[in-house]
Amino acid sequence: MSTTSAFLTDSTLCIGCKACEVACKEWNGVAADDLVWSGLSYDNTLSLGARTWRHVKFVEGIPEAGKGGNDPAGSPWNFSSDVCKHCETAGCLEACPTGALVRTEFESVYLQPDVCNGCGYCVVNCPFGVVEKDEEDGRAFKCTFCYDRQKAGLKPACAKVCPTESIQFGELDDLRDRAQRRIAELKGRGIGDASIYDPVDSNVKGTHAIFIVRGDQKMYNLPPNPEVPTAYLRAGWTSAAIAAGAMLAGTLIAFLGAGGKRL
Amino acid sequence: MSELPRSRPDVEPEVSVEELDREQRLTLIQRQAMELVPAETSALASLKSGYYELPMLKEPSWTWEIPLYFFVGGAAGASGVIAAVARLSGASPQLVRDARRIAFAGSILSPLLLISDLGRPARFLAMLRVFKPQSPMSVGAWVLVGFSGGATAANVGGWIADNTPYAGLARLVQASGDIVALLFGLPLATYTGVLIGATVIPAWNRNISLLPAHFAASGLAASVGLLELMGHRSPALQTLGMGAALTETAMGASIELSPDPAVEPLKHGPSGWLIRVGGVLSGPIPLALRAISLFSKGRRAERLRKYAAVSSVVGSAITRAAWIHAGHISARESRPA
Repeated sequence: MSTTSAFLTDSTLCIGCKACEVACKEWNGVAADDLVWSGLSYDNTLSLGARTWRHVKFVEGIPEAGKGGNDPAGSPWNFSSDVCKHCETAGCLEACPTGALVRTEFESVYLQPDVCNGCGYCVVNCPFGVVEKDEEDGRAFKCTFCYDRQKAGLKPACAKVCPTESIQFGELDDLRDRAQRRIAELKGRGIGDASIYDPVDSNVKGTHAIFIVRGDQKMYNLPPNPEVPTAYLRAGWTSAAIAAGAMLAGTLIAFLGAGGKRL
Repeated sequence: MSELPRSRPDVEPEVSVEELDREQRLTLIQRQAMELVPAETSALASLKSGYYELPMLKEPSWTWEIPLYFFVGGAAGASGVIAAVARLSGASPQLVRDARRIAFAGSILSPLLLISDLGRPARFLAMLRVFKPQSPMSVGAWVLVGFSGGATAANVGGWIADNTPYAGLARLVQASGDIVALLFGLPLATYTGVLIGATVIPAWNRNISLLPAHFAASGLAASVGLLELMGHRSPALQTLGMGAALTETAMGASIELSPDPAVEPLKHGPSGWLIRVGGVLSGPIPLALRAISLFSKGRRAERLRKYAAVSSVVGSAITRAAWIHAGHISARESRPA
């Protein structure tokens, strides 16, 4: 019986220190990003990608006079560390033509760099925009869920280094319970706008990286209904079969209709 | 600062050269900092549409080789079908030979384009490690390999039959090659529609039922056009060309009339115009030219068919590029919905 490793990233505990981003790069030997000055709060990384496997979002609204602190009506000033969701039904894993993407014994989605051929099909099959092709290297990369560390019984680097335990690592069901308790606790303290992101009702069937965020989840670019494109295969291949049949029939009619004219 | 009224001290302090220098450097730093601020983000970008209006999805990572491969593969696949059916129906051997040649050329060019996109040959071989029916990319790679085998057998078999004393066996190889190229040509001309349709890119995904037929018609039109440009004037090609142009006209109309906001990149902006130009060149223009050519005679009819052929081939190539481009725009505009 394998265990389902999971992350619970509680953004109400995040202090935006980016230690997770750094620890991830350090442990996994991920190259530096190009330095860009985005002007979007403290976020100069902007999104997850081939060279960013943990990404701290800085959700900073424009302040309004008289509204501040933990006032849910006030402008947000939240941090949330994003990561590959390691979907229960993963679009990238389904789409991969080489078998480079595999499901591990920890139920995480692992991209084997020695097998990946850089076809880029996983990139357009991830409903969260996580996996990306490294233009210089030519292969796709994403969070490994620190497969090597988990093999050795260690926590993923980001969870290990997180100074506030905003990133928690454990068994998926335990973390789901913990998230529920945390929401209740926050409510008790008057923070009513915190919610859990865990799209179990979508055809992704839930993720192995769940989040607690404050305010509208869309502000964090978290899709309410992520879709695995495999669901559309039946429609696609049916249409392809009809099109191929029509093409064959049309060609037969055209040529047999012109019958033996030797033109 | 200079406009501020200054109270003059009794004694004018001496301004050192260092101080002037420091002031100058400060001004420079301030000016540079102002230049760093992007003009449109003088305040924080809105959080009302996703995370600072940044894309939720990644853009396709494919290079220019992929839309070109869609065009080449589509034309080659349809040519394989035409070659086999034309041979079966007893059409002119020259037509059969040229259709086989287009199929063969396409089956050589296609893997080269894919290898060029991947970066090195070994990466294409990695496609053949496994067969994954749930991955259209895997299915497509195997279809291409099967088709290449068939097209190669059909052409090499034919060459051996014509130039060596082993005609008997070689004709058998050629005939089997034709059948294999037919069987794999049909999915080769259609699978690319499933390939881009079964993704998270909204503009592609919403059209998954339309795309395979759209691309099949596009490939067929390109194949017919290429054969006509090689000088073939079979009425069968005219019929096929009309059918493909009619289908493409219907596809174009269906895209234009779609009320789905996800297909906006197919209708507006540069990607929308690219779709439209490709659509008009593939649909109404060759359809009209072919229709008029039916009622024309001699060189005029000849000329009209040639124009229709050129229009279809160019239209098919533009259509493939336009769809990939629209996918980029669609990804760029993706927000959590």
